[in-house]
Amino acid sequence: MSKILVIAEHLDGKLNSSTARAVSAAAAVKPEAIDVLVLSDNVGTIAAEAAKIDGVSRVLTVARAENAHPLAAVLAPQIAKAAAGYSHVFAPSTTFGKDVAPRVAALLGVAQVSDVMSVEGSHTFKRPIYAGNAIITVEADAAHAVVATIRTASWPAAAQGGQSAPIEALSLDVSLPSHTRFVELKQGKSDRPDLQSASKVVSGGRGVGSKENFDIIYKFADKIGAAVGASRAAVDAGYVPNELQVGQTGKIIAPELYMAIGISGAIQHLTGIKDAGTIVAINKDAEAPIFEIADIGLVGDLFKLIPELEQAIG
Amino acid sequence: MKILVGYKRVVDYNVRIQVKPDGTGVVTDGVKLSANPFDDIALEEALRLREKGIAEEVVVVGVGPADLTAHLRNGLAMGANRAIHVVTADAVQPLTAARVFQKLIDKEQPGLVILGKQAIDDDANQTGQMLAALWDRPQATFASKLEIANGKATVTREVDAGLETIEAELPAVITTDLRLNEPRFIKLPDIMKAKSKPIDTIEFASLGVDTHDQLTTTHYAAPGKRSKGVMVKDAAELVAALKQKGLL
Repeated sequence: MSKILVIAEHLDGKLNSSTARAVSAAAAVKPEAIDVLVLSDNVGTIAAEAAKIDGVSRVLTVARAENAHPLAAVLAPQIAKAAAGYSHVFAPSTTFGKDVAPRVAALLGVAQVSDVMSVEGSHTFKRPIYAGNAIITVEADAAHAVVATIRTASWPAAAQGGQSAPIEALSLDVSLPSHTRFVELKQGKSDRPDLQSASKVVSGGRGVGSKENFDIIYKFADKIGAAVGASRAAVDAGYVPNELQVGQTGKIIAPELYMAIGISGAIQHLTGIKDAGTIVAINKDAEAPIFEIADIGLVGDLFKLIPELEQAIG
Repeated sequence: MKILVGYKRVVDYNVRIQVKPDGTGVVTDGVKLSANPFDDIALEEALRLREKGIAEEVVVVGVGPADLTAHLRNGLAMGANRAIHVVTADAVQPLTAARVFQKLIDKEQPGLVILGKQAIDDDANQTGQMLAALWDRPQATFASKLEIANGKATVTREVDAGLETIEAELPAVITTDLRLNEPRFIKLPDIMKAKSKPIDTIEFASLGVDTHDQLTTTHYAAPGKRSKGVMVKDAAELVAALKQKGLL
């Protein structure tokens, strides 16, 4: 039988919703246990939140000062040690999971399955390649632990609150490197919904034209309670910060409603939104590739259409 | 300091790939191949470090079939001093690639290894991290800014929350994000010059790299198609359609 260790992602003392999505993928393996591992300098609130996720058997905590910031070189040896006795180690396929999981896999001497979108069996998974233009079925060697990252857009967050799993402090005898040090994190502070978990997202592209013009996108997003995203072109042009980028190399999202405004729809952008419930495209170029995957398309000038939309919404 | 740069050849990023109808792979015959875009960024960054006098030598490393030589010549034309070609006809997965790099590191003793953050064919995003683990050295992934001074790299990383800066003692592994730099174009005279630059050829088998734990791909499929959408004529019609779906 399988036993799965899920690595918790957290920031500023709060659990990230990507963890509950990784728990959903773990549950699909039908294991006998799903334990969540919390590594932090201060595990209290994070562990308590993780314990409430349905399906979690135990929360294991490692509270060390060195774990104050998620440095892969520091976390990976601890995770590799904690992985003893587990058949699977899952982490969300966020920048956190992508950074740390391959380091864990190499320490364990095993291959890693990246971006698991479905579980076909305890060692068989589906994952996208070529920017999502092909889906492969991969089999991992059943003789070793499986290290995998979970494509968060493919999995709903497991529900919370039905139970509270026991929390146990883990003491790991691991010496940690000091060759890598955290300096700072510059966060784009925002009161808007989080891009990766929002049910509605409004994205702007090169067609928005300038950083100042992007206000029209923010204003419209606020009107409908949506998160704001952007194409690579808009980020490269400096209209918005990098963390808003949606696509193959940015965030992969699956909101109920995705509105692409002034975005042509390069292959690399479409990868990031393919699983959205309803895709709306607003573009002045009727030939733009975005219309090929849009559920609802509207051809026209965004600067004329957005005020009209706001008025029609009322 | 010597810098090793990973230089993978992939299907060009503009190509819309097709899955073979029998599910055995994707069509690559006659398809345009190019440098992995993130690897061009890695090479550009290494060349800039050499131009600043921080590095003396930039070595591009490719793992692949005999005809990979032409691809490595492009890296030499862009400005690398020399190339190492590890020859194998088999597809190489990230753990194996990391083990190959580890062998080359033992021999070359670089001060820095720069790889792309992911290859746009397998989209794995693993090799750099795995190499850093095997080498027991720091990793700085998804780099959008790199400064090297006093034996350490100060790296700004593109993370989900924003921009994170870390310090890593050298030697280290850096993986590049898109915004690290704008790679230079190759000029015709440089293509001529590249012809006389050395390429070391190493047989994969001679490295003694363990490959038995690779993943097995059993099937390739095209992604599910979205149903054909509708066009609306104005803002009012769009709002009505979204309200009907309960989205507004």
